[in-house]
Amino acid sequence: MATELVLGGAAERDLTKLAEYEAGGGYGALARARAMTPQAVIDELVASELRGRGGAFFPTGRKWTFIPKPDQNPNPHYLVVNADESEPGSFKDNEIMARVPHRFIEGCLITAHAVESAHVFIYIRGEYTGPYEVLIAALDELGSREDILGGVAIVVHRGAGAYICGEETALLESLEGKRGQPRTKPPYPAIQGLYASPTVVNNVETMATVPPIIELGGAEYAKLGVPDSRGTRVVSISGHVEHPGNYEIENGTSVRELVYGLGGGITGGRGLKAVIPGGSSTVILRYDEIDVGYDFNSLLALKTAMGSAGVVVLDDRCCMVQLGIRISEFYEHESCGKCTPCREGTRWMTQILRRLEAGDAEQHELDLLLDVCDRINGKCLCPLGETAAIAVASYVDKFRSEFQAHIDEAGCPFGDSSPLHNVLAPVALHTHSPVATVPA
Amino acid sequence: MSELYGEVQKLKERYPDWHSATLPALQLAQEKHGHLSPEALRECADALGTTPAVCKAVASFYDLLHLAPVGRHMVEVCTNVSCALVGAQQVLEAFEGELGISAGETTPDGTVTLRPIECLGGCGWATIVSVDHHYRTHVKPDDVAGIVQELRDGD
Repeated sequence: MATELVLGGAAERDLTKLAEYEAGGGYGALARARAMTPQAVIDELVASELRGRGGAFFPTGRKWTFIPKPDQNPNPHYLVVNADESEPGSFKDNEIMARVPHRFIEGCLITAHAVESAHVFIYIRGEYTGPYEVLIAALDELGSREDILGGVAIVVHRGAGAYICGEETALLESLEGKRGQPRTKPPYPAIQGLYASPTVVNNVETMATVPPIIELGGAEYAKLGVPDSRGTRVVSISGHVEHPGNYEIENGTSVRELVYGLGGGITGGRGLKAVIPGGSSTVILRYDEIDVGYDFNSLLALKTAMGSAGVVVLDDRCCMVQLGIRISEFYEHESCGKCTPCREGTRWMTQILRRLEAGDAEQHELDLLLDVCDRINGKCLCPLGETAAIAVASYVDKFRSEFQAHIDEAGCPFGDSSPLHNVLAPVALHTHSPVATVPA
Repeated sequence: MSELYGEVQKLKERYPDWHSATLPALQLAQEKHGHLSPEALRECADALGTTPAVCKAVASFYDLLHLAPVGRHMVEVCTNVSCALVGAQQVLEAFEGELGISAGETTPDGTVTLRPIECLGGCGWATIVSVDHHYRTHVKPDDVAGIVQELRDGD
Protein backbone atom coordinates (compact mmCIF):
# COMPACT_ATOMS: atom_id res chain seq x y z
CA MET A 1 0.00 0.00 0.00
CA ALA A 2 2.92 2.22 0.59
CA THR A 3 3.73 2.03 -3.09
CA GLU A 4 1.13 3.75 -5.16
CA LEU A 5 2.13 3.85 -8.80
CA VAL A 6 -1.18 3.79 -10.62
CA LEU A 7 -3.22 5.90 -8.22
CA GLY A 8 -0.20 7.77 -6.83
CA GLY A 9 -0.66 11.48 -6.23
CA ALA A 10 -4.42 11.39 -6.68
CA ALA A 11 -5.01 11.90 -2.96
CA GLU A 12 -2.92 15.09 -2.90
CA ARG A 13 -3.76 16.67 -6.26
CA ASP A 14 -6.72 16.80 -8.60
CA LEU A 15 -5.08 14.73 -11.30
CA THR A 16 -8.08 15.02 -13.59
CA LYS A 17 -6.69 18.49 -14.42
CA LEU A 18 -3.92 18.59 -17.00
CA ALA A 19 -2.01 21.38 -15.24
CA GLU A 20 -2.00 19.48 -11.95
CA TYR A 21 -0.89 16.29 -13.63
CA GLU A 22 1.92 18.06 -15.47
CA ALA A 23 2.97 19.90 -12.30
CA GLY A 24 3.59 16.49 -10.73
CA GLY A 25 5.78 15.42 -13.63
CA GLY A 26 2.94 14.06 -15.75
CA TYR A 27 3.64 13.27 -19.40
CA GLY A 28 7.35 13.15 -18.58
CA ALA A 29 7.38 9.40 -19.17
CA LEU A 30 5.81 9.97 -22.57
CA ALA A 31 8.58 12.36 -23.57
CA ARG A 32 11.16 9.89 -22.37
CA ALA A 33 9.50 7.02 -24.26
CA ARG A 34 9.32 9.01 -27.47
CA ALA A 35 13.05 9.65 -27.22
CA MET A 36 13.48 5.87 -27.25
CA THR A 37 12.92 3.54 -30.21
CA PRO A 38 9.66 1.56 -30.12
CA GLN A 39 11.71 -1.59 -29.57
CA ALA A 40 13.47 -0.05 -26.58
CA VAL A 41 10.10 0.77 -25.00
CA ILE A 42 8.95 -2.80 -25.55
CA ASP A 43 12.20 -4.03 -23.99
CA GLU A 44 11.49 -1.96 -20.85
CA LEU A 45 8.04 -3.51 -20.61
CA VAL A 46 9.46 -7.00 -21.05
CA ALA A 47 12.01 -6.23 -18.32
CA SER A 48 9.25 -4.98 -15.99
CA GLU A 49 7.51 -8.38 -16.26
CA LEU A 50 4.19 -6.54 -16.26
CA ARG A 51 1.29 -8.87 -16.91
CA GLY A 52 -2.11 -7.74 -18.14
CA ARG A 53 -4.43 -6.40 -15.47
CA GLY A 54 -7.67 -7.25 -17.26
CA GLY A 55 -7.80 -10.79 -15.98
CA ALA A 56 -5.85 -13.05 -18.32
CA PHE A 57 -2.50 -11.93 -16.88
CA PHE A 58 -0.69 -12.20 -20.22
CA PRO A 59 2.79 -10.59 -20.30
CA THR A 60 2.21 -7.11 -21.74
CA GLY A 61 5.62 -6.63 -23.31
CA ARG A 62 5.39 -9.98 -25.05
CA LYS A 63 1.93 -9.14 -26.38
CA TRP A 64 3.39 -6.01 -27.97
CA THR A 65 6.16 -8.01 -29.65
CA PHE A 66 3.49 -9.99 -31.53
CA ILE A 67 2.45 -6.85 -33.43
CA PRO A 68 4.10 -6.98 -36.86
CA LYS A 69 6.38 -4.09 -37.77
CA PRO A 70 4.92 -1.62 -40.29
CA ASP A 71 7.17 -3.02 -43.03
CA GLN A 72 5.81 -6.51 -42.34
CA ASN A 73 2.16 -5.50 -42.52
CA PRO A 74 1.17 -2.34 -44.38
CA ASN A 75 -2.25 -2.06 -42.69
CA PRO A 76 -2.62 0.58 -39.97
CA HIS A 77 -1.86 -0.66 -36.47
CA TYR A 78 -4.44 -0.09 -33.76
CA LEU A 79 -4.37 0.17 -30.00
CA VAL A 80 -7.71 -0.77 -28.49
CA VAL A 81 -8.13 -0.23 -24.77
CA ASN A 82 -10.53 -2.51 -22.96
CA ALA A 83 -12.42 -0.23 -20.57
CA ASP A 84 -15.44 -2.51 -20.55
CA GLU A 85 -14.91 -3.49 -16.91
CA SER A 86 -18.01 -5.52 -16.07
CA GLU A 87 -16.80 -8.38 -13.91
CA PRO A 88 -18.92 -8.60 -10.76
CA GLY A 89 -16.65 -7.48 -7.92
CA SER A 90 -14.31 -5.32 -10.02
CA PHE A 91 -14.52 -1.54 -10.02
CA LYS A 92 -10.86 -0.53 -10.24
CA ASP A 93 -10.83 0.72 -13.84
CA ASN A 94 -13.80 2.90 -12.96
CA GLU A 95 -11.75 4.66 -10.28
CA ILE A 96 -8.55 4.76 -12.35
CA MET A 97 -10.28 6.55 -15.24
CA ALA A 98 -12.14 8.85 -12.89
CA ARG A 99 -9.13 9.85 -10.78
CA VAL A 100 -6.02 9.52 -12.96
CA PRO A 101 -7.33 9.94 -16.52
CA HIS A 102 -4.14 11.60 -17.74
CA ARG A 103 -1.89 8.82 -16.44
CA PHE A 104 -4.14 6.39 -18.28
CA ILE A 105 -4.00 8.48 -21.48
CA GLU A 106 -0.24 8.85 -21.13
CA GLY A 107 0.04 5.06 -20.96
CA CYS A 108 -2.06 4.78 -24.11
CA LEU A 109 0.19 7.23 -25.95
CA ILE A 110 3.36 5.42 -24.84
CA THR A 111 1.85 2.13 -25.97
CA ALA A 112 0.84 3.66 -29.31
CA HIS A 113 4.47 4.68 -29.78
CA ALA A 114 5.70 1.19 -28.88
CA VAL A 115 3.45 -0.59 -31.35
CA GLU A 116 3.73 2.19 -33.94
CA SER A 117 0.06 3.07 -34.00
CA ALA A 118 -1.60 6.41 -34.66
CA HIS A 119 -5.10 5.26 -33.69
CA VAL A 120 -6.27 4.58 -30.16
CA PHE A 121 -9.78 3.38 -29.43
CA ILE A 122 -10.95 3.33 -25.83
CA TYR A 123 -13.95 1.01 -25.56
CA ILE A 124 -15.67 2.06 -22.34
CA ARG A 125 -18.77 0.31 -21.03
CA GLY A 126 -21.93 2.30 -21.67
CA GLU A 127 -22.90 2.42 -18.00
CA TYR A 128 -19.74 4.34 -17.04
CA THR A 129 -21.12 7.82 -17.67
CA GLY A 130 -18.98 9.30 -14.89
CA PRO A 131 -15.56 8.05 -16.06
CA TYR A 132 -16.59 8.75 -19.67
CA GLU A 133 -17.22 12.40 -18.88
CA VAL A 134 -13.87 12.65 -17.05
CA LEU A 135 -12.05 11.11 -20.02
CA ILE A 136 -13.75 13.42 -22.52
CA ALA A 137 -12.88 16.45 -20.38
CA ALA A 138 -9.26 15.27 -20.16
CA LEU A 139 -9.06 14.76 -23.92
CA ASP A 140 -10.64 18.18 -24.50
CA GLU A 141 -7.91 19.72 -22.38
CA LEU A 142 -5.34 17.92 -24.51
CA GLY A 143 -7.08 19.08 -27.68
CA SER A 144 -4.46 21.59 -28.77
CA ARG A 145 -1.46 19.93 -27.17
CA GLU A 146 0.10 18.39 -30.24
CA ASP A 147 3.35 18.06 -28.23
CA ILE A 148 1.55 15.45 -26.14
CA LEU A 149 -0.80 13.87 -28.66
CA GLY A 150 1.94 13.59 -31.29
CA GLY A 151 -0.46 12.95 -34.15
CA VAL A 152 -2.23 10.09 -32.38
CA ALA A 153 -6.03 10.14 -32.62
CA ILE A 154 -7.84 8.94 -29.49
CA VAL A 155 -11.49 7.96 -29.88
CA VAL A 156 -13.62 7.07 -26.88
CA HIS A 157 -16.24 4.54 -27.94
CA ARG A 158 -19.13 3.77 -25.60
CA GLY A 159 -20.48 0.25 -25.24
CA ALA A 160 -24.17 -0.38 -24.74
CA GLY A 161 -24.46 -2.93 -21.97
CA ALA A 162 -22.93 -6.35 -22.61
CA TYR A 163 -20.51 -8.14 -20.28
CA ILE A 164 -19.24 -10.27 -23.14
CA CYS A 165 -17.73 -7.21 -24.81
CA GLY A 166 -14.97 -7.39 -22.20
CA GLU A 167 -13.75 -10.45 -24.11
CA GLU A 168 -11.28 -8.98 -26.57
CA THR A 169 -12.62 -10.41 -29.82
CA ALA A 170 -16.23 -9.68 -28.83
CA LEU A 171 -15.08 -6.16 -28.05
CA LEU A 172 -13.59 -5.83 -31.52
CA GLU A 173 -16.81 -7.11 -33.11
CA SER A 174 -18.78 -4.57 -31.09
CA LEU A 175 -16.35 -1.80 -32.04
CA GLU A 176 -16.91 -2.76 -35.66
CA GLY A 177 -20.62 -2.10 -35.17
CA LYS A 178 -21.82 -5.66 -34.74
CA ARG A 179 -23.36 -7.82 -32.05
CA GLY A 180 -20.66 -8.50 -29.49
CA GLN A 181 -20.00 -12.17 -30.11
CA PRO A 182 -16.51 -13.65 -29.76
CA ARG A 183 -14.50 -14.66 -32.81
CA THR A 184 -12.61 -17.88 -33.27
CA LYS A 185 -8.92 -17.60 -32.44
CA PRO A 186 -6.54 -17.77 -34.24
CA PRO A 187 -6.09 -15.38 -35.89
CA TYR A 188 -5.27 -13.41 -32.76
CA PRO A 189 -5.90 -9.66 -32.65
CA ALA A 190 -2.16 -8.97 -32.94
CA ILE A 191 -2.35 -10.29 -36.50
CA GLN A 192 -5.98 -9.64 -37.46
CA GLY A 193 -7.80 -7.52 -34.93
CA LEU A 194 -9.75 -4.35 -35.60
CA TYR A 195 -10.66 -4.07 -39.29
CA ALA A 196 -8.53 -7.20 -39.85
CA SER A 197 -5.42 -5.17 -38.99
CA PRO A 198 -2.73 -5.69 -36.35
CA THR A 199 -4.27 -4.68 -33.02
CA VAL A 200 -3.08 -4.70 -29.46
CA VAL A 201 -5.85 -4.91 -26.87
CA ASN A 202 -4.91 -3.82 -23.35
CA ASN A 203 -6.76 -3.16 -20.11
CA VAL A 204 -7.13 0.28 -18.46
CA GLU A 205 -4.97 -0.51 -15.43
CA THR A 206 -2.29 -2.02 -17.67
CA MET A 207 -2.19 1.28 -19.58
CA ALA A 208 -2.03 3.33 -16.38
CA THR A 209 0.89 1.19 -15.17
CA VAL A 210 2.99 1.91 -18.27
CA PRO A 211 4.05 5.49 -17.38
CA PRO A 212 5.42 4.52 -13.93
CA ILE A 213 7.33 1.65 -15.56
CA ILE A 214 8.98 4.02 -18.01
CA GLU A 215 9.75 6.45 -15.17
CA LEU A 216 11.21 3.79 -12.89
CA GLY A 217 12.73 1.61 -15.57
CA GLY A 218 11.52 -1.93 -16.15
CA ALA A 219 14.12 -3.57 -13.94
CA GLU A 220 13.30 -1.31 -11.01
CA TYR A 221 9.57 -1.98 -11.35
CA ALA A 222 10.27 -5.71 -11.38
CA LYS A 223 11.76 -5.41 -7.89
CA LEU A 224 8.26 -4.86 -6.54
CA GLY A 225 5.99 -7.80 -5.91
CA VAL A 226 6.87 -11.48 -6.06
CA PRO A 227 8.10 -13.79 -8.84
CA ASP A 228 5.66 -14.01 -11.77
CA SER A 229 3.55 -11.23 -10.23
CA ARG A 230 5.62 -8.08 -10.33
CA GLY A 231 4.68 -4.58 -9.33
CA THR A 232 1.45 -3.29 -7.86
CA ARG A 233 -2.16 -4.09 -8.41
CA VAL A 234 -5.30 -2.09 -7.76
CA VAL A 235 -7.57 -4.42 -5.84
CA SER A 236 -11.31 -3.88 -5.51
CA ILE A 237 -12.62 -5.01 -2.13
CA SER A 238 -16.37 -5.29 -1.62
CA GLY A 239 -19.06 -7.20 0.21
CA HIS A 240 -19.10 -7.72 3.96
CA VAL A 241 -16.10 -5.64 4.99
CA GLU A 242 -15.98 -2.47 7.08
CA HIS A 243 -13.99 -0.48 4.51
CA PRO A 244 -14.79 -1.54 0.97
CA GLY A 245 -12.95 0.27 -1.82
CA ASN A 246 -10.03 0.18 -4.23
CA TYR A 247 -6.56 -0.29 -2.77
CA GLU A 248 -3.27 -0.35 -4.61
CA ILE A 249 -1.19 -3.14 -3.13
CA GLU A 250 2.11 -4.76 -3.88
CA ASN A 251 1.50 -8.16 -5.46
CA GLY A 252 1.95 -10.92 -2.91
CA THR A 253 0.13 -9.19 -0.05
CA SER A 254 -1.91 -11.83 1.79
CA VAL A 255 -5.64 -12.24 1.24
CA ARG A 256 -6.05 -12.04 5.02
CA GLU A 257 -4.46 -8.59 4.92
CA LEU A 258 -6.91 -7.53 2.19
CA VAL A 259 -9.90 -8.67 4.23
CA TYR A 260 -8.87 -7.81 7.78
CA GLY A 261 -6.25 -5.11 7.19
CA LEU A 262 -7.27 -2.90 4.30
CA GLY A 263 -10.87 -4.07 4.32
CA GLY A 264 -11.12 -3.45 8.05
CA GLY A 265 -12.55 -6.89 8.86
CA ILE A 266 -16.02 -8.33 8.55
CA THR A 267 -18.94 -5.95 8.95
CA GLY A 268 -20.48 -6.06 12.39
CA GLY A 269 -17.74 -8.35 13.68
CA ARG A 270 -19.40 -11.40 12.13
CA GLY A 271 -17.52 -14.49 10.97
CA LEU A 272 -15.94 -14.90 7.56
CA LYS A 273 -17.38 -17.59 5.34
CA ALA A 274 -15.69 -17.20 1.98
CA VAL A 275 -13.79 -14.86 -0.30
CA ILE A 276 -14.16 -14.59 -4.06
CA PRO A 277 -10.61 -13.59 -4.93
CA GLY A 278 -10.67 -12.24 -8.47
CA GLY A 279 -14.16 -11.38 -9.58
CA SER A 280 -17.13 -13.70 -10.03
CA SER A 281 -15.26 -15.86 -12.55
CA THR A 282 -12.77 -17.25 -10.06
CA VAL A 283 -12.73 -20.30 -7.77
CA ILE A 284 -13.92 -19.32 -4.28
CA LEU A 285 -11.68 -19.42 -1.20
CA ARG A 286 -13.02 -20.86 2.05
CA TYR A 287 -12.56 -18.91 5.31
CA ASP A 288 -9.61 -21.18 6.18
CA GLU A 289 -7.82 -20.56 2.87
CA ILE A 290 -7.07 -16.85 3.16
CA ASP A 291 -3.51 -17.12 4.45
CA VAL A 292 -2.32 -17.04 0.90
CA GLY A 293 -0.44 -14.43 -1.09
CA TYR A 294 -2.45 -12.34 -3.52
CA ASP A 295 -0.32 -13.26 -6.51
CA PHE A 296 -0.47 -15.56 -9.51
CA ASN A 297 1.51 -18.55 -8.22
CA SER A 298 0.12 -18.60 -4.68
CA LEU A 299 -3.47 -18.49 -5.89
CA LEU A 300 -2.76 -20.99 -8.67
CA ALA A 301 -1.70 -23.46 -5.99
CA LEU A 302 -5.29 -23.20 -4.72
CA LYS A 303 -6.56 -23.53 -8.31
CA THR A 304 -7.78 -19.97 -8.37
CA ALA A 305 -6.61 -16.62 -9.72
CA MET A 306 -6.39 -12.86 -9.28
CA GLY A 307 -8.56 -12.43 -12.36
CA SER A 308 -9.64 -8.83 -12.52
CA ALA A 309 -8.82 -8.29 -8.83
CA GLY A 310 -12.38 -8.13 -7.53
CA VAL A 311 -12.26 -9.40 -3.97
CA VAL A 312 -15.77 -10.13 -2.68
CA VAL A 313 -16.08 -10.99 1.00
CA LEU A 314 -19.00 -13.08 2.27
CA ASP A 315 -19.93 -13.42 5.92
CA ASP A 316 -21.23 -16.52 7.68
CA ARG A 317 -24.90 -15.80 6.99
CA CYS A 318 -24.53 -16.40 3.24
CA CYS A 319 -26.02 -19.43 1.55
CA MET A 320 -23.72 -20.88 -1.10
CA VAL A 321 -26.61 -22.24 -3.16
CA GLN A 322 -28.09 -18.75 -3.29
CA LEU A 323 -24.68 -17.41 -4.32
CA GLY A 324 -24.57 -20.05 -7.04
CA ILE A 325 -27.99 -19.01 -8.31
CA ARG A 326 -27.09 -15.33 -8.52
CA ILE A 327 -23.76 -16.00 -10.24
CA SER A 328 -25.27 -18.54 -12.63
CA GLU A 329 -28.10 -16.12 -13.48
CA PHE A 330 -25.53 -13.47 -14.29
CA TYR A 331 -23.73 -15.66 -16.81
CA GLU A 332 -27.00 -16.95 -18.20
CA HIS A 333 -28.02 -13.34 -18.85
CA GLU A 334 -24.67 -12.37 -20.34
CA SER A 335 -24.10 -15.46 -22.52
CA CYS A 336 -24.01 -14.17 -26.09
CA GLY A 337 -25.68 -17.34 -27.36
CA LYS A 338 -23.08 -18.28 -29.93
CA CYS A 339 -21.88 -21.54 -28.34
CA THR A 340 -24.54 -24.05 -27.26
CA PRO A 341 -22.81 -25.40 -24.10
CA CYS A 342 -22.68 -21.91 -22.61
CA ARG A 343 -26.08 -20.70 -23.80
CA GLU A 344 -27.96 -23.82 -22.64
CA GLY A 345 -25.62 -24.92 -19.87
CA THR A 346 -25.78 -21.72 -17.83
CA ARG A 347 -29.58 -21.93 -17.96
CA TRP A 348 -29.56 -25.54 -16.80
CA MET A 349 -27.20 -24.64 -13.98
CA THR A 350 -29.64 -21.99 -12.78
CA GLN A 351 -32.56 -24.40 -12.98
CA ILE A 352 -30.83 -27.10 -10.94
CA LEU A 353 -29.62 -24.60 -8.36
CA ARG A 354 -33.15 -23.21 -8.05
CA ARG A 355 -34.50 -26.72 -7.46
CA LEU A 356 -31.87 -27.25 -4.76
CA GLU A 357 -32.78 -23.98 -3.07
CA ALA A 358 -36.49 -24.77 -3.19
CA GLY A 359 -35.91 -28.24 -1.75
CA ASP A 360 -37.18 -29.95 -4.90
CA ALA A 361 -33.88 -31.50 -5.97
CA GLU A 362 -33.18 -35.20 -5.77
CA GLN A 363 -29.80 -36.65 -4.85
CA HIS A 364 -28.65 -37.27 -8.40
CA GLU A 365 -29.17 -33.62 -9.36
CA LEU A 366 -26.12 -32.52 -7.43
CA ASP A 367 -24.01 -34.73 -9.68
CA LEU A 368 -26.05 -33.55 -12.65
CA LEU A 369 -25.10 -29.98 -11.79
CA LEU A 370 -21.40 -30.87 -11.77
CA ASP A 371 -21.90 -32.83 -14.98
CA VAL A 372 -23.43 -29.79 -16.69
CA CYS A 373 -20.48 -27.69 -15.49
CA ASP A 374 -18.13 -30.29 -16.89
CA ARG A 375 -19.87 -30.21 -20.26
CA ILE A 376 -19.41 -26.46 -20.58
CA ASN A 377 -15.73 -26.46 -19.64
CA GLY A 378 -13.37 -26.19 -22.58
CA LYS A 379 -16.14 -26.52 -25.16
CA CYS A 380 -16.78 -22.88 -26.05
CA LEU A 381 -15.07 -20.16 -28.04
CA CYS A 382 -14.53 -17.86 -25.07
CA PRO A 383 -14.22 -18.29 -21.31
CA LEU A 384 -17.65 -16.89 -20.32
CA GLY A 385 -19.51 -20.15 -19.82
CA GLU A 386 -16.41 -21.87 -18.59
CA THR A 387 -15.85 -19.40 -15.78
CA ALA A 388 -19.50 -19.73 -14.72
CA ALA A 389 -19.03 -23.48 -14.53
CA ILE A 390 -15.73 -23.29 -12.70
CA ALA A 391 -17.04 -20.81 -10.15
CA VAL A 392 -20.25 -22.71 -9.37
CA ALA A 393 -18.47 -26.08 -9.29
CA SER A 394 -16.07 -24.59 -6.74
CA TYR A 395 -18.98 -23.65 -4.45
CA VAL A 396 -20.13 -27.28 -4.54
CA ASP A 397 -16.60 -28.55 -4.08
CA LYS A 398 -15.81 -26.37 -1.06
CA PHE A 399 -19.25 -26.34 0.57
CA ARG A 400 -20.51 -29.78 -0.38
CA SER A 401 -22.18 -30.44 2.95
CA GLU A 402 -24.20 -27.26 2.59
CA PHE A 403 -25.46 -28.33 -0.84
CA GLN A 404 -26.21 -31.78 0.59
CA ALA A 405 -28.19 -30.18 3.42
CA HIS A 406 -30.50 -28.55 0.86
CA ILE A 407 -31.40 -32.07 -0.32
CA ASP A 408 -31.52 -33.74 3.09
CA GLU A 409 -33.61 -30.99 4.68
CA ALA A 410 -35.69 -30.50 1.53
CA GLY A 411 -34.95 -26.79 1.49
CA CYS A 412 -32.55 -24.00 2.36
CA PRO A 413 -31.13 -24.10 5.90
CA PHE A 414 -30.47 -20.36 5.67
CA GLY A 415 -33.63 -19.07 4.00
CA ASP A 416 -34.15 -15.35 4.30
CA SER A 417 -31.46 -14.92 6.94
CA SER A 418 -28.99 -15.02 4.07
CA PRO A 419 -28.59 -11.65 2.32
CA LEU A 420 -28.65 -13.39 -1.06
CA HIS A 421 -32.16 -14.74 -0.49
CA ASN A 422 -34.59 -14.09 -3.36
CA VAL A 423 -32.52 -11.49 -5.17
CA LEU A 424 -34.14 -10.49 -8.44
CA ALA A 425 -31.71 -10.87 -11.34
CA PRO A 426 -32.32 -9.27 -14.75
CA VAL A 427 -32.50 -12.67 -16.42
CA ALA A 428 -35.53 -13.57 -14.30
CA LEU A 429 -37.49 -10.94 -16.24
CA HIS A 430 -36.73 -12.60 -19.55
CA THR A 431 -39.34 -14.71 -21.23
CA HIS A 432 -38.05 -18.23 -21.70
CA SER A 433 -39.73 -21.11 -23.40
CA PRO A 434 -41.85 -22.65 -20.63
CA VAL A 435 -41.21 -26.18 -21.89
CA ALA A 436 -37.42 -26.07 -22.06
CA THR A 437 -36.07 -27.84 -18.99
CA VAL A 438 -32.94 -29.70 -18.11
CA PRO A 439 -32.89 -33.14 -19.76
CA ALA A 440 -32.78 -35.88 -17.13
CA MET B 1 -32.46 16.04 -43.93
CA SER B 2 -32.89 15.21 -40.25
CA GLU B 3 -30.71 16.52 -37.50
CA LEU B 4 -29.69 12.94 -36.70
CA TYR B 5 -28.43 12.50 -40.25
CA GLY B 6 -25.91 15.30 -39.88
CA GLU B 7 -24.70 14.08 -36.48
CA VAL B 8 -24.27 10.54 -37.73
CA GLN B 9 -22.16 11.76 -40.66
CA LYS B 10 -19.82 13.37 -38.11
CA LEU B 11 -19.71 10.13 -36.13
CA LYS B 12 -18.77 8.18 -39.24
CA GLU B 13 -15.80 10.47 -39.80
CA ARG B 14 -14.35 9.46 -36.43
CA TYR B 15 -13.73 5.92 -37.62
CA PRO B 16 -11.68 4.39 -40.44
CA ASP B 17 -14.74 2.25 -41.24
CA TRP B 18 -18.26 3.69 -41.02
CA HIS B 19 -19.68 0.47 -39.51
CA SER B 20 -18.08 1.48 -36.21
CA ALA B 21 -20.52 4.40 -36.03
CA THR B 22 -23.43 1.96 -35.68
CA LEU B 23 -23.56 1.81 -31.87
CA PRO B 24 -23.04 5.56 -31.35
CA ALA B 25 -25.69 6.25 -34.00
CA LEU B 26 -28.15 3.93 -32.28
CA GLN B 27 -27.40 5.64 -28.96
CA LEU B 28 -28.11 9.03 -30.55
CA ALA B 29 -31.32 7.81 -32.16
CA GLN B 30 -32.47 6.44 -28.81
CA GLU B 31 -31.72 9.74 -27.08
CA LYS B 32 -33.81 11.53 -29.66
CA HIS B 33 -36.75 9.13 -29.84
CA GLY B 34 -36.79 7.75 -26.27
CA HIS B 35 -36.52 4.22 -27.57
CA LEU B 36 -35.59 2.53 -30.82
CA SER B 37 -38.99 2.49 -32.47
CA PRO B 38 -39.33 1.29 -36.08
CA GLU B 39 -39.16 4.97 -37.12
CA ALA B 40 -36.01 5.53 -35.06
CA LEU B 41 -34.36 2.45 -36.57
CA ARG B 42 -35.34 3.63 -40.07
CA GLU B 43 -33.88 7.10 -39.46
CA CYS B 44 -30.71 5.61 -38.01
CA ALA B 45 -30.34 3.19 -40.91
CA ASP B 46 -30.82 5.96 -43.49
CA ALA B 47 -28.17 8.06 -41.79
CA LEU B 48 -25.72 5.18 -41.65
CA GLY B 49 -26.48 3.96 -45.16
CA THR B 50 -27.66 0.53 -44.08
CA THR B 51 -30.98 -1.21 -43.42
CA PRO B 52 -33.28 -1.03 -40.38
CA ALA B 53 -32.87 -4.80 -40.04
CA VAL B 54 -29.12 -4.42 -39.50
CA CYS B 55 -29.75 -1.73 -36.92
CA LYS B 56 -32.32 -3.85 -35.09
CA ALA B 57 -30.09 -6.93 -35.15
CA VAL B 58 -27.33 -4.95 -33.47
CA ALA B 59 -29.57 -3.07 -31.06
CA SER B 60 -31.29 -6.21 -29.80
CA PHE B 61 -27.98 -7.51 -28.47
CA TYR B 62 -27.38 -4.68 -26.01
CA ASP B 63 -29.02 -4.07 -22.63
CA LEU B 64 -28.87 -0.30 -22.79
CA LEU B 65 -30.68 -0.09 -26.12
CA HIS B 66 -34.45 -0.34 -25.87
CA LEU B 67 -36.66 -1.67 -28.65
CA ALA B 68 -39.82 -1.09 -26.59
CA PRO B 69 -40.94 2.19 -24.99
CA VAL B 70 -39.42 3.09 -21.63
CA GLY B 71 -40.19 5.84 -19.13
CA ARG B 72 -38.73 9.33 -19.38
CA HIS B 73 -36.55 8.40 -16.43
CA MET B 74 -34.65 5.16 -16.00
CA VAL B 75 -33.92 3.70 -12.57
CA GLU B 76 -31.59 0.70 -12.62
CA VAL B 77 -30.72 -1.09 -9.38
CA CYS B 78 -27.66 -3.31 -9.42
CA THR B 79 -28.58 -6.64 -7.87
CA ASN B 80 -25.34 -8.48 -8.51
CA VAL B 81 -23.51 -10.16 -5.63
CA SER B 82 -21.63 -7.26 -4.03
CA CYS B 83 -24.70 -5.01 -4.00
CA ALA B 84 -27.01 -7.87 -3.00
CA LEU B 85 -24.79 -8.65 0.00
CA VAL B 86 -25.50 -5.23 1.47
CA GLY B 87 -29.20 -5.06 0.66
CA ALA B 88 -29.79 -4.27 -3.03
CA GLN B 89 -32.97 -6.36 -3.08
CA GLN B 90 -34.44 -4.21 -0.30
CA VAL B 91 -33.56 -1.09 -2.31
CA LEU B 92 -35.24 -2.54 -5.39
CA GLU B 93 -38.34 -3.40 -3.34
CA ALA B 94 -38.40 0.09 -1.86
CA PHE B 95 -38.50 1.51 -5.41
CA GLU B 96 -41.31 -0.91 -6.28
CA GLY B 97 -43.29 0.29 -3.29
CA GLU B 98 -42.61 3.98 -3.87
CA LEU B 99 -43.42 3.79 -7.58
CA GLY B 100 -46.29 1.32 -7.24
CA ILE B 101 -44.93 -0.95 -9.96
CA SER B 102 -42.96 -4.19 -10.20
CA ALA B 103 -39.36 -4.31 -11.34
CA GLY B 104 -39.26 -4.39 -15.12
CA GLU B 105 -42.29 -2.10 -15.44
CA THR B 106 -42.92 1.55 -16.24
CA THR B 107 -45.24 3.78 -14.21
CA PRO B 108 -48.61 4.21 -15.97
CA ASP B 109 -47.90 7.92 -16.51
CA GLY B 110 -44.70 7.01 -18.37
CA THR B 111 -42.44 8.79 -15.90
CA VAL B 112 -40.17 6.06 -14.57
CA THR B 113 -38.98 2.65 -15.71
CA LEU B 114 -37.57 0.48 -12.92
CA ARG B 115 -35.39 -2.54 -13.52
CA PRO B 116 -32.68 -4.63 -11.87
CA ILE B 117 -29.38 -4.53 -13.74
CA GLU B 118 -26.20 -6.58 -13.75
CA CYS B 119 -23.01 -5.41 -12.05
CA LEU B 120 -22.50 -1.67 -12.61
CA GLY B 121 -18.87 -1.71 -11.49
CA GLY B 122 -19.27 0.20 -8.26
CA CYS B 123 -19.16 -2.79 -5.90
CA GLY B 124 -17.33 -0.99 -3.10
CA TRP B 125 -19.93 1.77 -3.02
CA ALA B 126 -22.94 -0.55 -2.89
CA THR B 127 -25.83 -0.38 -3.40
CA ILE B 128 -25.39 1.29 -6.78
CA VAL B 129 -28.47 2.73 -8.46
CA SER B 130 -28.11 4.22 -11.91
CA VAL B 131 -30.60 7.08 -12.20
CA ASP B 132 -30.81 8.37 -15.76
CA HIS B 133 -27.38 6.82 -16.37
CA HIS B 134 -25.66 8.55 -13.45
CA TYR B 135 -24.65 6.50 -10.43
CA ARG B 136 -26.02 7.02 -6.95
CA THR B 137 -23.76 5.28 -4.45
CA HIS B 138 -24.42 3.76 -1.02
CA VAL B 139 -28.17 3.82 -1.67
CA LYS B 140 -30.30 2.55 1.22
CA PRO B 141 -34.05 1.84 1.19
CA ASP B 142 -34.53 5.08 3.15
CA ASP B 143 -33.05 7.10 0.26
CA VAL B 144 -35.56 5.82 -2.25
CA ALA B 145 -38.46 8.19 -1.53
CA GLY B 146 -36.15 11.18 -2.02
CA ILE B 147 -34.83 9.91 -5.36
CA VAL B 148 -38.33 9.27 -6.66
CA GLN B 149 -39.48 12.72 -5.50
CA GLU B 150 -36.52 14.26 -7.31
CA LEU B 151 -37.55 12.57 -10.54
CA ARG B 152 -41.17 13.64 -10.18
CA ASP B 153 -40.18 17.23 -9.35
CA GLY B 154 -37.81 17.41 -12.28
CA ASP B 155 -40.49 16.36 -14.73
